[in-house]
Parts: sequence; C-alpha cells; structure tokens
Amino acid sequence: MIEIKNLSKTFTLHNQGGVIIPVMQGAELTVAPGKCVALTGASGAGKSTLMRMIYGNYLSAGGSILVGGVDVVTAEPREIMALRREVLGYVSQFLRVVPRVPTLDVVADPLLAVGVDSDTARDRARDLLARLNIPERLWSLSPTSFSGGEQQRVNIARGFAHTYPAMLLDEPTASLDAVNRETVLSLIEEAKAGGAAIIGIFHDEAARDRVCDREIDVSVYTPNVTKGAA
Amino acid sequence: MTPLLKVENISKFYGRRIGCKDVNFDLYPGEVMGIVGESGSGKSTLLNCLAGHLNPEIGEVLFEMRDGAMRDTVTMSEPERRMLSRTDWAFVHQHARDGLRMNVSAGGNVGERLMAVGARHYGNIRENAIDWLGRVEISDTRVDDRPSQFSGGMQQRLQIARNLVTGPRLVFMDEPTGGLDVSVQARLLDLVRGLVREMGLSAIIVTHDLAVVRLLADRLMVMKDGHVVETGLTDQVLDDPQHAYTQLLVSSVLQV
Amino acid sequence: MSDYNFAYLDEQTKRMIRRAILKGLAIPGYQVPFASREMPMPYGWGTGGVQVSAATLTPADTLKVIDQGADDTTNAVSIRKFFEKTAGVATTEETGAASIIQTRHRIPEEDLREDQILVYQVPIPEPLRFLEPSEIETRKMHSLEEYGLMHVKLYEDIAKHGAIATSYAYPVKVEGRYVMDPSPIPKFDNPKMEMAAIQLFGAGREQRIYALPPYCKVVSLDFEDFPFEASKADHACDMCGATDSYLDEVIMDDSGGRMFVCSDTDYCTGRRQAGHIGAQAAAASAALEETAV
Ligand SMILES: Nc1ncnc2c1ncn2[C@@H]1O[C@H](COP(=O)(O)OP(=O)(O)OP(=O)(O)O)[C@@H](O)[C@H]1O
Ligand SMILES: [Mg+2]
Ligand SMILES: [Zn+2]
Repeated sequence: MIEIKNLSKTFTLHNQGGVIIPVMQGAELTVAPGKCVALTGASGAGKSTLMRMIYGNYLSAGGSILVGGVDVVTAEPREIMALRREVLGYVSQFLRVVPRVPTLDVVADPLLAVGVDSDTARDRARDLLARLNIPERLWSLSPTSFSGGEQQRVNIARGFAHTYPAMLLDEPTASLDAVNRETVLSLIEEAKAGGAAIIGIFHDEAARDRVCDREIDVSVYTPNVTKGAA
Repeated sequence: MTPLLKVENISKFYGRRIGCKDVNFDLYPGEVMGIVGESGSGKSTLLNCLAGHLNPEIGEVLFEMRDGAMRDTVTMSEPERRMLSRTDWAFVHQHARDGLRMNVSAGGNVGERLMAVGARHYGNIRENAIDWLGRVEISDTRVDDRPSQFSGGMQQRLQIARNLVTGPRLVFMDEPTGGLDVSVQARLLDLVRGLVREMGLSAIIVTHDLAVVRLLADRLMVMKDGHVVETGLTDQVLDDPQHAYTQLLVSSVLQV
Repeated sequence: MSDYNFAYLDEQTKRMIRRAILKGLAIPGYQVPFASREMPMPYGWGTGGVQVSAATLTPADTLKVIDQGADDTTNAVSIRKFFEKTAGVATTEETGAASIIQTRHRIPEEDLREDQILVYQVPIPEPLRFLEPSEIETRKMHSLEEYGLMHVKLYEDIAKHGAIATSYAYPVKVEGRYVMDPSPIPKFDNPKMEMAAIQLFGAGREQRIYALPPYCKVVSLDFEDFPFEASKADHACDMCGATDSYLDEVIMDDSGGRMFVCSDTDYCTGRRQAGHIGAQAAAASAALEETAV
C-alpha cells in the first residue's frame, strides 16, 4: 500500500546565506495493508519530516513515495488532494480548523468531503466523539476553545472518521489518559483489521509494542553530517 | 477530469512596467486557489486579467463553457464575456461599494443578476433573494434595507449572495476579508468554505493573509514583481517553501 | 422673418439634425448623438424639442405647441411665438388641425394621424441613468441589450411601495430592442405611443435625438405578477364629463375645493363645444340659471 524508495530531502535556507541542510537520504520503507510500522529514532532524526513527505506536506528532493499507486513525490497538487481525501489519512499532533465550525462538523467533514450524506456523517462523528469521551455539550462548539487534550481527541476522531486504506499517525496517544489511550489503540487495531496500512510515531513504547508489526529506525537514513555527530 | 480554467502565458504590462508576466496554471472543478504576494506584486492585475476586467497583452485564458468547449475569454466577444460574468463567473471585490449598488436595497442587489438573465416574476425574484440572504446569514427583515445601513461583514456577505444567486461555476475574490476584524473574517471564511463545497465551486482568491489561504485554498500561488515564484499545495508551500521570497513571506517578515 | 434663416437654425444645422432624426427613425428607440446648438432660450425650456421642430418644419406646416396638455402656458406660448416669428408658419390649438405638435409631458388625447408629427421635449434621455451614472457603461448596456437594471428600478419600486410607483417617464422597450425613456409623460400615455404619427424626441442639454416610426411596437416594462397599468385618476372630467382622458387635479379655493379637468385643454374644449358637460360645469350653469331667474 505504501512503498518508499531511495527517498531524500534537503532544506535550503535562502535567507540564511543559502545553507543547504540534507535531512534524509536513501530512505526505504514498505507497508502492506493491515500492517502498522513504527518510525523510531532520536529527536531530530527525521520521523515527522518523513511523515510529512509521505503526506505531501514537505517536498522530497528525490526518490519515490507510492501510496495506493500514486507517487507523491511527482504528483500534481490535485492528485495529492484526491489522495488525501480518499486514501491517505493523517492524524497530526495539532488540530487545525476553521474558527467557528462546531466540533461535530469538524469531525464529520472528511466524510462529507468524500460524498457521504450528512446524516450518516454526523452519526459517525457522534459515535467517535462519544467513544473519545468528548462531552456532548461541547459538540456544538468550536474546538478552538478546548483544552489541549480535548483538541487532540477531536483531532483523532476527525482522523478516523473516514476509513482510509492508508494512515499516518503522529503521536496519537500523547497527552491522553489511560481510558482514552485505550480507545485510540482500539481504533488503530480496528483500522488494521479493516486492512489499513499504517505508519506511526509512538513515544509510548507499550502502545508501540501493542499495535506495531515492525519498527524502522529513521536515523539510518539521516545523512552523514548528523550521523557522524551522533 | 478536465480543467475548468486553463491560463496560458498571461502577461499584462502598464506601459513599460510589468503588471504580471508569463502566468500559467490549470484550475479544476471544485479547486480553490489562493494567490499571495506583497503589495504591488501583481495579484490584482492577474485576477482582473482572468476575470475579463483587464485585457492582457499576451496569453490565453481558456474557460470551459457549459457545452464543454474551452473558449479563450480574452479574445471572445465582449457580449459573450459580459454574459459569462453575469452567469458562470462571480467577482467578490475587496470594497463592497465596488461590488454592490449602494442605492439599491439588499433584495434588489441580489435580484439584479436574476433579472439580468431574464427573471420577470417579482415574487419569485424576491423569494430567491430572501433565500440567499438567509444562506449568507442576513435576516429577511433586512431585505429592503440599503447596503449602506449594513456593517462591513454584512456588506461582504451580501456581495457574496449577489454573486452566487445565479449559480456560477467560478468565483474570483480580491481580498474578500480585507478590512474586517478577525471574528468577522472567520465567519465569512467559514461561510465561503461551506458554499464552495456545497455548490462545488472553483475559486481564485487574492489575499495578503496567509491564514486565509491556509483555511480556504487547496493550492497556492506566490507572486513577486509580477512573476509567479512558487506554486503548490497550500500547506506544502507554507510549511516547506522553496523560493527565497516565499521563505521570507512565511517567516512573516513581509506579511502586510 | 427676413432677420432669421427659416425656423432660426441655419440650413447646415438643420441638415445635421435631420440626419440624426432619420437615423433615429431607422433604429427606433436608439439615442442618436447630435451637436445641440445654443437656442435663444435656456436649457430646460425645450431646446431639444425646438431644434427638432425647427429641422422638421416646412412653410406649409401648421404648428401646435402644448405644455402638459395646455396650449396657453408661458412655455407653450413662447415656443409658438418663436416659430411664428422665425418660420412664419401657421399655428393652431386644435390637435386635428396641426401637422406638427411639439409637446412637453403629454400626448394629446385625440388619435394622431399618419400625416402628423409629434415632437417631444426631453430632459433626460437615458432611462438607465437612475442606477448607472456612467455614460460609457449605459451605452454599452444598450448595445449589448443588458437591461436587467431597468427591472431593478421597478423591483425597488414594488419593494418600497407595494406596486410600481413610477408614474411618469415609465420606461418602454421599443420593437423588442432598445429600452427608451418616453420623456416625463404620465404612464397613462404610454399605450398611445403605438400610433400612426411619427414621434421625435429631442434632448438639448444631453444632445440626443431618438424617434419612433409610425405603428412601432412600444411595450412598457413590468413584472409577470405586477403587470403594467395605464392608470389615471378614477374620476370623470368635471368640465366635459370625459372618462377616458388624463386628468389634472385643480385646487379651486382656500377651503379645499377641487376639481378634475382634462389636462388636454383642446380635447376638453372640443368636447364641451360638442355639448358634453361635466359635473361641476353642470352645477355651475344651474346656479347661473337660478340667479338669472
Ligand atoms: N493601473 C496601473 N498603472 C500602472 N501600474 C500599475 C497599475 N496597476 C498596478 N500597477 C503596477 O503593477 C504592479 C502589480 O500591481 P497589482 O495591483 O496587481 O498588485 P497586487 O499584488 O494586487 O498589490 P496589493 O497587494 O497592494 O493589492 C505594481 O508594480 C503596480 O504598481
Ligand atoms: Mg490587490
Ligand atoms: Zn374635459
């Protein structure tokens, strides 16, 4: 489902004398449907960068990232938009929403985007919000005023609303209490059982051991500069 | 899927000064594209060339007509182009007074496009106008008030209703949230986003405000000195800008 | 008369105006620009109509001049005198006897014939001016037949007054093409514009001439659910009893006494001479008879 070959990434800081910072080289990774792979490595190794590249949020310098047959490295913006809408889900660390939109609509939004009718979409959203223990009285409010933990749970509900065949999870259990953490882990297990190919970053080792089939140490692909220093 | 709009090599000069130069892009149905850049970078010039308000010296603006044929709107006859701007296109101006008839009631403002395409039943026109006022969250009790009695945010919403009432397929917006305070902006953005999705609109939005494009635009185009310096998915351009100018812009040094 | 060229204007100017008139007749309802001349009367006193009349008159013509239907107002009298002096033409107050009728704000009640010409004085020839101040834009709107704005004006009327309140200068569409301002005639007169006579419109200050050839199709704009109505005061003429004429309301005395009389004075006089009598005229003559007895 996800197939990464010889992937590289550099940042060029034009406004700091044009410094070129290589951050990744020769990255390889394959995730089959129903499997979950964990990205590991020290801070700064490039876990989030790799994830963002897969999502098309960062541009790659070279190599290929096939997701459901689309090469994200060379795809047109609208192909990536379609990929994100239908195939590739992403639970980021932070919730980013249009102000004023009620939580229920924030969560239902990805379903509406793929053409699910509004009743079905809202039912699914209610179900997820309830499972993640967001009090019902908050559903009609915008999540912009919620606590960090509440926002993170809304973000997860939104990320799992549509059943994506491929998912990227950036620390989905961080800052969650035991009960909610359990819910998120079962959501991941359900997604896997449904055939989703998942790539995740988990600082929580127990969680990682429970849901991941494999680990990839991203620092292997960190170019020499950093490697030598480590 | 075929593009709704194909912009090829558009260049516009003001005498020897460059308005915009060599602009190329395709816009697909349902896509929202943002155009950002500092003051004087050519955003409005480009938008006005695309919307038929300015005549570019070079280039083609191919628009997919309702029969599926791609037609160059730069060279089509003026009556045809004006017909498009009353039906398939919408233009939301930064200043409401440029986009509204200030001496005509809200209902008359919304009804004008309907009457322009032949609506001749007062009751139906009025009903339609009230429906659209509702969709942009203006109470039906204001239908006979003039826009001069409205707040800035309401005037912008009225402009949107007036433009969308004929079910256009392409919306041009020049700084639609300019001059509005933040909470009013948010409400307007939310409204526009909802309408874009509901009506399957394509839109091109010129703005100074990177937060606005992040929320509204799927794709982004960055302009400097009349040239396009960078294009891409909105979040990619903002989070991993490639061009020196975009990096400056994003680091907020140039944000006006 | 020897002090002036026939009808005051020089031949060159009259030819230029005639060309504009012919063009106007060829494109009914289209506003033809013309180089308006200074006339020995101020703008607003019908200089446009006077120039059109001057270019139309021949020595054999008989001229009638009316102002809001009356032949005896200052304006009508002075224009009539002007042409008596400068063209030496015969003048009349009888509609049927005139070959050219210059008018301000009315169409005579009596049906006009094919051998007659009606010349209107026009203050503002542009019907779109109310909502679109730019001349460039209104010309474009005419050329592209973009007339939605005209209906916006009527829409505003209904929204504000519950009905189309425009009662003068009510816009019309000519031969299915040009929207035209009929000059400030009451809308009661609009249906009469489909007539046998030639109609010429002259706007002096705005330098425009437009025209309607005989039997031209002239439709008053309206909405399906608010159709055009050629309304008038719901009354009969107090002088001649006519029920089919446009009426002026005349205040009689300080105690609020009033009467309705035909605004077309010639029409009213003609009817009275033929023996028709209205309510107040009847009462007055009855009172007279009583005192005589
Ligand atoms: N009418 C004009 N005559 C001459 N130069 C013009 C004219 N309009 C724009 N320009 C110039 O063309 C360039 C592009 O201007 P434009 O108005 O398109 O910029 P913009 O990106 O929309 O700016 P802003 O953010 O201030 O609205 C600038 O150098 C500007 O000075
Ligand atoms: Mg601008
Ligand atoms: Zn009478």
